[in-house]
Amino acid sequence: MLSHIKWSMTMSGLKGMTAEKAKKCEPVLAVEGLTLWIAGEKRISDVSFRIHAGERVCLLGASGCGKSLTAKTITGTPPPGVRISGSIRVNGVEVCGKHPVVRPQAGRVATVFQDSSTALNPLMTLGKQLRLALPAACDGEITAMLEAVGLGDIPRFAARYPAELSGGQRQRLCIALAMQSSSSLLVADEPTTALDVLTQQSVVDVMRKASEARALLFITHDITVAAQLCQHALVMENGRLVESASMAQLLSQPQHPYTQRLVQAAKQAALPSQIASLCGVAV
Amino acid sequence: MSPSLHLVTEPFLHLHNVSRHLSLPRAFWRAPVERNVLFSHLSLSIGRHERIGLVGTSGCGKSSLLKILLAMDAPDSGEVFCDGVQLRPGSARSLREYRRRVQYIPQDPASSLPPGHTVGQIVAGPLKHLGYNGEIWSRVREVLAQVGLNETLLQRKAGALSGGQAQRVAIARALAISPEFLIADEPVSGLDLPLRAQIRQLLQQVTQQNGMGLLMVTHDISMAAGLCERLLVMHAGQIIEDRATQDILRLPHHPHTRQLLQAIPHLPLTVNG
Repeated sequence: MLSHIKWSMTMSGLKGMTAEKAKKCEPVLAVEGLTLWIAGEKRISDVSFRIHAGERVCLLGASGCGKSLTAKTITGTPPPGVRISGSIRVNGVEVCGKHPVVRPQAGRVATVFQDSSTALNPLMTLGKQLRLALPAACDGEITAMLEAVGLGDIPRFAARYPAELSGGQRQRLCIALAMQSSSSLLVADEPTTALDVLTQQSVVDVMRKASEARALLFITHDITVAAQLCQHALVMENGRLVESASMAQLLSQPQHPYTQRLVQAAKQAALPSQIASLCGVAV
Repeated sequence: MSPSLHLVTEPFLHLHNVSRHLSLPRAFWRAPVERNVLFSHLSLSIGRHERIGLVGTSGCGKSSLLKILLAMDAPDSGEVFCDGVQLRPGSARSLREYRRRVQYIPQDPASSLPPGHTVGQIVAGPLKHLGYNGEIWSRVREVLAQVGLNETLLQRKAGALSGGQAQRVAIARALAISPEFLIADEPVSGLDLPLRAQIRQLLQQVTQQNGMGLLMVTHDISMAAGLCERLLVMHAGQIIEDRATQDILRLPHHPHTRQLLQAIPHLPLTVNG
């Protein structure tokens, strides 16, 4: 079993480069030997990976395998009482164990949470929340921001409360707010779970747009959604990183038994090709 | 578009002209009350042994319809019948009996099972609450075996279960009091694909073994295709298609159904770069 995987460029490859070139090649996110205990129980074990600017990487795994815990540790919001060892560097800044408010600007991470209804204040209208998040933005900028995620009708949304929006609308609003962050790393923790297929598709499109200028770590258990968005995949099982490969390689030649089961299940879950082609679904 | 009712000889559940509205919060205290139509004049018949999938986009009224069917909410107008007996308005006793006959499998078992309770306590809960006549613990062991769980899990707390185990416990809890019909709200949306396939097989097996019907709300049309013989497609508070699943998949009539089918994520042959 692979316990320690480094799939990105190794530091030895940087030898001989100029300082400027080396800085350009420096990963946006570098996780080295991340290990995490909760109540004395090891939940994440020696996880290492790197993501460079412009890369879209998914972290796949079953429920409870530690992928959300890894994401929360990277964003600086792990559950209370955890013990962390290892290193997390965001843009070269060591942020392991640091809460977002004490991190320097370069070490902060834009985050999209799974449950958009708890990510927004339920007692405040969306207009007020947008104004609070973007105090310096003019109406035109806010309109452009919402239009980018397909929520252009500001007068309609401004007076509404989060509970009055559909799940997809709330999630797109959260992505729009994350896009306003100057952070070069976006971590999305299962943003498409529990969304219908149409909304899922629009959220994936928006995520693709949001990650054009930044690195993306996409946490999901749904390999079919990850395959639409990401170029590289990391697979976790029982708190360990068990496989790391390009998405095309993972789908065609899965190595680890869990990944093989995952890819096999995705192929079996697909609509029968005869019906799918009648529906106009490409298979 | 009016829904085309699926013809069933003896409907177990029947909704007739059911409407439900929602009052939105006022923007300021003198503002007129704005009412949002969840669904209006909706009629639906469900057979006793049918396995039915209910699909639609978020906010189309699926969950509101589910609440009406679970007798957790009352419609503003229209009638709900179970075995020909009107459910609403009904006495607390008749509603209690109805809820024994129709059981619910939640979307997120991790949050619906009390984390400090053991598996045994959770599955035995409805049996104790409804005054089960037989030996409670042998029934608990029986249903746990039926959902493929070992009785060594009896003393394990819900918080220590994996996602797949928790969903099996939720199904065992629903089966414990021998219901006649199961209503499942996206029972697999939080699970990975290998576990989804297992839960689909389990639902198929328990409904066949116990002769139960199933109404499953899902976003996963391929899961509905594998499990349900009849498919309802909801859009903007209306049932826009109500036909055999294979027929809808082969020839979707409504443009929205075609959109839904075309949006099903699939494994690409070439991955986007």
